[in-house]
This record gives sequence, structure tokens and C-alpha cells, in this order.
Amino acid sequence: MTEDRTDVEQRPGSQWYDHEAGPLVRPYAMTGGRTRPGPAGVRFDLIALVSLEAGAPDVDDPTSLGPEHRALLDLCRIETQSVAELAAGTDLPVGVVRVLVGDLLELGHVRVSRPVPPAQLPDERILREVIAGLRAL
Amino acid sequence: MVSEFSDAPEAETAALALKILVAGGFGAGKTTLVGAVSEIRPLRTEELLSEAGQCVDDTDGVDQKVTTTVAMDFGRITIRSGLSLYLFGTPGQDRFWFLWDELSQGALGAVVLADTRRLEDCFPAVDYFEHRRIPFVVAVNCFAGARAYGAHDVSRALDLDRGTPVVLCDARDRDSGKEVLIRLVEYAGRMHTARLLDSVS
Repeated sequence: MTEDRTDVEQRPGSQWYDHEAGPLVRPYAMTGGRTRPGPAGVRFDLIALVSLEAGAPDVDDPTSLGPEHRALLDLCRIETQSVAELAAGTDLPVGVVRVLVGDLLELGHVRVSRPVPPAQLPDERILREVIAGLRAL
Repeated sequence: MVSEFSDAPEAETAALALKILVAGGFGAGKTTLVGAVSEIRPLRTEELLSEAGQCVDDTDGVDQKVTTTVAMDFGRITIRSGLSLYLFGTPGQDRFWFLWDELSQGALGAVVLADTRRLEDCFPAVDYFEHRRIPFVVAVNCFAGARAYGAHDVSRALDLDRGTPVVLCDARDRDSGKEVLIRLVEYAGRMHTARLLDSVS
């Protein structure tokens, strides 16, 4: 979180959000006011895929995870989910889900696979597979 | 966007997701098309505008501190375990254009839905994808009661670059929607190969 709080009115209770966060947005209460995922500053793509990490720490530890974190883990337990699906499934804004997934990644609960970078995007073999798959639908 | 992302080396078997955008004017049938081909009920996700506005360059005229949300519909097609296609309907209103930049990042390509009764509605989408060199096909949604035009007429009216496919479709029909996607993936593959050859020579 930046230290730039010059524009923020210094009232008691208002210090937890910073200049970058803009005006108070309620959903970010679930992230402790953070609008970006952890120190890595990663911005997950909408189709970044989130799956449970094998040998993840015990989720019953009540100290680190909030109910929203648990809801995300529950969804991932069913099957690998994209960030967009997680947002729809938990009814949370994508920005909030990004922060929470960042937490889960840092704590070792999930792994996140990025979409292929555009430069190497359509591997011919994959595209053929996609076309065949679409025809077979 | 995520190029600085460093995590454990990805396994060869890592799940792969591809993104296709569905654009077009209001009421052109974007959500209908997504719903027709998606294996899941189209889902809705919300993006906080103030947050989304931070990572793009072209936000002229967009108040970055607006805190309303914009909804995006999306659907999914699983090709096989570990390979899926995600379809995102782009927000129609002009003031959400900056969201397109994020959506189009890493996209395989786009479908621009056109309604021949209001062809001009899809001009902005055509411009957008042409300028960013994102492969797209124009899918003419053949609404009942609309005068039938040939693909060639539409192509000329939209002043499309040579080679940009124009497909007549019925956005409500699954097979028709599939055909549109197949044409897009074929075209994206051709475009990509052509660019690779360009960069070599």
C-alpha cells in the first residue's frame, strides 16, 4: 500500500484506505481496503485459472482466511475456475476477487495459471483442437 | 499486464484458457450468442470502474474515480479437460470502452455482431479491433424482418480489410454460433501464421 495519503481526509477511522483507492468503495472492506493483490502486485486476467494447491495449509486455521476466501476455495474445490467464474460464483466484483485470490496464492492455498501470452497464442495444434472440439459440440 | 508475474515454472500440463470477445452494438445479440454456445448459463461479473481505469492509457474523458460497476456477461465452452474457451460479451456503452483494453489483452480474437438495420452501431467495434490488429469476424445476425444482405454487401459497407470474414448467422442458434466461432478460430490461426512469416522475412 502506498504512503500517499495527502488527499485523504485524516479523520479517525479513515486511514485504512489510501489515495490510490479513490473514494470509499464498500466491497473493498472485504479485502481490508486493498485494491491490488499482495506484494507481487499481480493483476490476474479474467481467464487466469485458479485451482487448489495440493498440500495446501489447513483451511481451518481461522486467523488468516475470511469467509470470502473460504467461499473461493469451496468453488475451486469443485473444479478449476477462472477469475471471472469466481467473481460470478461469489457475487463479488472482479477487483475484489483478484485481491482475495492474491491472498490465497501467497498463503499457498491455490495455484494460478496465466493465460498464454498473445505472442505465442495460437499454437496450431491447439487451434486445430479447438476447431475440432467446436465441431463436435 | 502480468508479464512481471513470476511463479513456479508452469507444468506442461497446465490448464489452458482462451478468450474470445463478442462485441457489437446494443441489442445486436451479444448475450444471446454467448448464451447459445455456452455450456454454462451465461454468467455475469462486475468490474469496479475506478479500479479498472487505473491500468489503461486511454481513459480520456473517463472519470477514473467513478465508483459504479459495469457488468459483463460471459460463457464457457470446454473443449477438453484442461482446454476451455471463454466468451466475453463486451460492455456496449461507449463510456466503458477502456474495459475493452483489458478484455482484449491476450484475446484469441473477436466476433463483431452486426444488425443490418443498424449497421453503423458496429463501426466502433470494427475500428477498435482493426487498430489493435486483433483478428475478428463480422457475424451478421439475421433478424427476422431485416432485409437480407449478402456477406459481400456488408463487407463493403463496413469497408473491412481484405480477408476479414463476414458470416451470416442466427445468434439464437447453437450450430450457427458454433460456425461463427469456428470461422474466427480458423481466421485467427491464419492471421497469426501470416504475422509470424512477416516477422521472419
